[in-house]
Amino acid sequence: MSNVPWLTVLCVLPLVGAAITAVLPDSAAWRAKQVALGTTLLTLLVGVVAATQYRIGGAQFQLVEQHSWIPAFGTSWALGVDGMSLTLILMSLVLAPVCILAAWHEVPVGGRREQNYFALLLVLITCIVGVFAATDVFLFYVFFEALLFPVYFLVGSYGGPDRRRAALKFLIFGFVGGLVMLAALIGLFAQSTGGPTAMLVTNLTGLQMGETAERLMFLGFFFAFAVKAPMWPVHTWLPDTAQQATPATATLLVGILDKVGTFGMLRFCLPLFPDASRWAAPVIIVLALISVFYGAFLAIASKDIMRLIACTSISHFGFIVLGIFAFTTTAANGSALYMINHGFTTAALFLVAAMLIRRRGSQLIPDFGGWQRVTPVLAGVFLFAGLAGLALPGMGSFVSEFLVLVGTFQRHPVAGGIAALAIILAALYILLMYQRMMTGPKPELATPVRDLTAREKWVVAPLIVALLGLGFYPKPALDVINPAMTTVLQQVGVTDPPPIAGIGVDTAKESAK
Amino acid sequence: MTSLVPSADFVPATINVAAVAPLLIVTVAALLGVLVEAFVPRDKRYVVQLTIAVLGLLGALAAVLTGARTNQTTTVAGAIVIDGPALLVQGSLCVLALIGLLAMSERLGSDHMDAFTRDGASAPGSHAEGLAQRLGATTTEIYPLTMFSVLGMLIFPAAGDLLTLFVALEVLSLPLYVLTGLARRRRLLSQEASLKYFLLGAFSSAFYLFGAALLYGYAGSVRLHDIATAIGTVNGLDGLLLPGVFFVLIGLLFKIGAVPFHAWTPDVYQGAPTAVSGFMAACTKLAAMAALLRVLYVGVAGDRWSFQVALWIVAVLTMVVGSVVTIAQSDIKRMLAYSSIAHAGFILVAVLSFDRAGVASALFYAIAYGFSVIAAFTIVALLRDADGSEATAISQWAGLGRRAPVVAALFTLLMLAFAGIPLTSGFTSKFGVFNAAIAHGGTMGIWLAVIGVLCSAITAWAYFRVILVMYFAEPAPQDAAGAARVVLPSAASTIAIATGVAMTVILGVVPARLLELATQNSQFLP
Repeated sequence: MSNVPWLTVLCVLPLVGAAITAVLPDSAAWRAKQVALGTTLLTLLVGVVAATQYRIGGAQFQLVEQHSWIPAFGTSWALGVDGMSLTLILMSLVLAPVCILAAWHEVPVGGRREQNYFALLLVLITCIVGVFAATDVFLFYVFFEALLFPVYFLVGSYGGPDRRRAALKFLIFGFVGGLVMLAALIGLFAQSTGGPTAMLVTNLTGLQMGETAERLMFLGFFFAFAVKAPMWPVHTWLPDTAQQATPATATLLVGILDKVGTFGMLRFCLPLFPDASRWAAPVIIVLALISVFYGAFLAIASKDIMRLIACTSISHFGFIVLGIFAFTTTAANGSALYMINHGFTTAALFLVAAMLIRRRGSQLIPDFGGWQRVTPVLAGVFLFAGLAGLALPGMGSFVSEFLVLVGTFQRHPVAGGIAALAIILAALYILLMYQRMMTGPKPELATPVRDLTAREKWVVAPLIVALLGLGFYPKPALDVINPAMTTVLQQVGVTDPPPIAGIGVDTAKESAK
Repeated sequence: MTSLVPSADFVPATINVAAVAPLLIVTVAALLGVLVEAFVPRDKRYVVQLTIAVLGLLGALAAVLTGARTNQTTTVAGAIVIDGPALLVQGSLCVLALIGLLAMSERLGSDHMDAFTRDGASAPGSHAEGLAQRLGATTTEIYPLTMFSVLGMLIFPAAGDLLTLFVALEVLSLPLYVLTGLARRRRLLSQEASLKYFLLGAFSSAFYLFGAALLYGYAGSVRLHDIATAIGTVNGLDGLLLPGVFFVLIGLLFKIGAVPFHAWTPDVYQGAPTAVSGFMAACTKLAAMAALLRVLYVGVAGDRWSFQVALWIVAVLTMVVGSVVTIAQSDIKRMLAYSSIAHAGFILVAVLSFDRAGVASALFYAIAYGFSVIAAFTIVALLRDADGSEATAISQWAGLGRRAPVVAALFTLLMLAFAGIPLTSGFTSKFGVFNAAIAHGGTMGIWLAVIGVLCSAITAWAYFRVILVMYFAEPAPQDAAGAARVVLPSAASTIAIATGVAMTVILGVVPARLLELATQNSQFLP
C-alpha cells in the first residue's frame, strides 16, 4: 500500500472526472452532475484511505512523492503532507461532494453549460489538492496560479449580474499577488543551494541569506498570501467576488481557496524566512487586528447575505493570521484548526443561505423577514450555521477561536485582549442578520415554499456533523496538527513564553493536547 | 599557395561548407523560387513554390542538425561564426519560418492566397489593380521574398563582423518591407505601413552603418572579436568607441522593437498581412535578439560599464511603455504589436545580465514567444466579419467563446502564455529571464526583474480582457453583422496553429529539454 502515489492519485482523479464530465455526449449531458458527484465521493474515499497511511509523530512530510521536473529551475513534482496539509486536504475533500450536491440546480439551462460548470468545479478540486500537497515551492506556485482560472470562469460565466467585473477583479488581485510572489520565488532560487531539487521546501529551510534579501522575499511571499487570505487592506476583492459567485463557487473560494493564504504563511513564510517573520510580526499583528474588526463592521453593515458572510470571513482570517504570528504553540494550533473549522462554518453559512435565497429569489436581507414561519427547519439550520459562525461553545469554531485568543494572550496580552472584543461583534452581525431575516410577521407569498428537501438535508448533514464533532472532540484533529505546528515554530526559532498567569496556560495546555 | 601570393593581396577565404550548408540551402531555395516565378505556369506556381520553400527550410533544418552541429567554427575569414547560439537560433528559425510560411499560404478554399494582393504597386481600387486581377496575376512571389528574408535571418545571429551583420540586416529587411505592403484588404493601411517601415528601417540602417564605421575607426577592424581585443588595448580613441556602440545598438534595437525605436511596430503589424505580422514578430525578433546578444557579448562587453546605463533605461522604457500602451488597444493586431514590444523588454532584462544564463534564457524566451505569436496571428487571420474582412477590433470578438469554442479556447491559451501563467511556455520563459537577471545582473538586475514582474501584471490585464470579451460578453444586436466568425482553415493554417499551440504547452509543461539545449548552446565563439 505504501507504494501507491496517493497524493498524485488525489490530484488526477478529479481531473479525470472533469474530462469525462466535459466530453459527455449531448444525450448524456444530464449525467454531468452524477459523474461529478461520483468523482468527488471516490476522491474522498481515496483521501480517507490515504489518511490512514499517515502516522502521527512520523516524518515531517509523509506520503512523499518526488520526480524530477525542470532540473534547470531546481524544481520537481514533489508532493507530501504534514498534519496541517492533511487536515486541509481532508476538509476540502469532504466539502467537494457537499458543494457539488448543493450546486445540483445552479445551472438550470443544463446541457453543455452545465457540463462545463461541473467540470470546472472538478478542476478546481485538483488544484486545491495540489496546492496543499506541494512540497516544492515552484510546484506550489504553479497550483497557486492555476487556481485562479477555474474560479475566474466559474464567477465570470455563472455568477450574478455584475459577474464580469467581479471575476476580473478577482483575477487581477490574485495575479498581481502571484507575480509579486514570483519575484520573491526567483530571488529565493538565486539564494538556494542550486541543483535539481533546490526548490524543495526542506532544501530551502534554514538557508543563510542577507537580512535585506530575506525581508524582501518574506514581503513578496506575504503579500501574495495576504491578498489570498485576504487581509485588510487588500481584501476588497473578496466581498465582490463572493457576492457575485454561485453558492458552490463561493463556498470553495472562501471556505477553501482563501486558506491557501494562511496555509502559505505557515508553510513558507515562517519556516523559510524565520528572522524576517519575527521582524514583521508586530506590524502583521496590527493588520490582523484591523482585519478582525474591519471585517466585522463591514459584515454588520452588509445588506447582501452573501456579502455579509464573505465579510465575516475577513474577520475570521484576521484571527487566523493573528494566531500564526503570535508564535505560540497554542495559537498556531488554534489557527491551523481554525482553518478547518472556518471551512465547514463558511460552507454551512453559504450553502444554507443559498437555499434561502433560492426560495426568496433575492439575496438582500431586507427582502426576508418572518422567514422562520415559512421554512422552520431551514431557519433552524441557518441559526445553527450562524452560531457556528459566532463561535458558540460546542461548535468547532469555538475551540479554535479560543485557542487563538489564549495563545495570543500569552505573548501579546494587549493584542489578545483587543481581539477578544471582536467576539461581541461576531454575535452582533450573526444575530442581527438572523433577526432581520427570520423573525417578525410571516411574509405573504404568492406561491407556497417547500422546507428542506432530501437533497438539501444531505448537504447540511455532513457539515453539522463536522462542526459538532470538531466542537466536542477536537483531539484527533489537534493531535495531527500539533507536531506540524511545533516544527514550524522550531523553524522560526521561538519558544513559548514561560507561564505567568496560571489559568490561561493551563487551559492552553489542556486544549493543545 | 599562400607563399606565392604577396600578403597584401587578396587571400581567398576558406569556407567550411558543412557549417554554412543551411545558408546555402536556403539561398538555393530562394533563387529557385525566383526561377519558378519566371518559368512555371501560373496555375502550378503555388504548389511548386510551397514545395520548394518547405523543402528548403526542412533541408536547412536538417543541415543545422547534422553537418553544421559538428562543424562549430569560425569560417569565411571570420565573417560567419557557427557556434552554439547561432545553431540554436538557426534551427529554431527554420521551424518558426516553416510554420510562418504555412500560415501565409492559407488559401481558404479559393485558388490564390487569401492574405495577399496580386498587385502591390497599384492604388487600391485603381484601374491598374483591376487589370492585374483580370490578367490573373499571382501572389506566389511572396515565397522567394520570404526565403530571402529567412536567409538574412539565418546569417544575422552568425555574423562575425559588423559588415556581414549589415548585409544580413538588409537581406532580411528588404523583403519584409515588400511583404508588409502586400495586404489584400485595407490596402492603404498596408501601403502606408510598408512605407513607414521602409523609411524608418533605412534610417536605422544608416545609424547602424555610421556606428560600424566609427567602431572600425576605433579598432581598425570590423570583426567583433578584434573590437573586443581593442577595447582592452587601444587608448585615446574612446570618443569613437562609445558613439560607435550606441549607433550600432540603435540599428539592432530598432529591429527588436525596443522603445524608443519602436514607433514602427504597431503600424507595421497592423498594416501587414496578418500572417506576415506573425512571421515578423517571431522570426525577426529572434534573429535580431541573437544578433544583439552576439554584438554585446562578443564585441563590446568589455566596455559595458560606459553604456549599460543606457540599455537599462531602454529595457525599462520598453517594458513600461509596451505594457501600459498594450492595455489601451482596441485592435487585436495593435495589441499584439505592443505586447511584442513589452516581451522584447522582458528579453532585454535577461540580455543585460551579461552571463551565459542570460543568453540561454533570452533565446529560450524568444523561441517560445515565436511559437505562441505565430499561432496567435494565424488565429486572428481566421476571424472574419460578415464581409469577409478580418475582424480585428476586440469588440467584434464578443461571445466568441460560445460561437467558436475551440478557437476561443486556443486563443485563451495563447493569451495565458503571453501573460506568463504557469504550465504555459510564457511562464517558463519569464522565470528564466528574471532568474538570469536576479542571479547574475547585480542590484540593477533585481530592479529590472521587479519592474518586469510589475509590467507583466499590467499587460496581463490586456490579455485577460480579451478572454473576458470572448467568454463573458455578447455582441450588441446592432453590431451583429460585425461580430467575428471563424472561417474554416485549410491544413496549412491548421498545422501552423497546432504547432504553435502545442509548443506553447510543451514548453510550459515539460520545458526541460529545450532549457537544457539552450544552456548547452549559450557559449559564443569569439
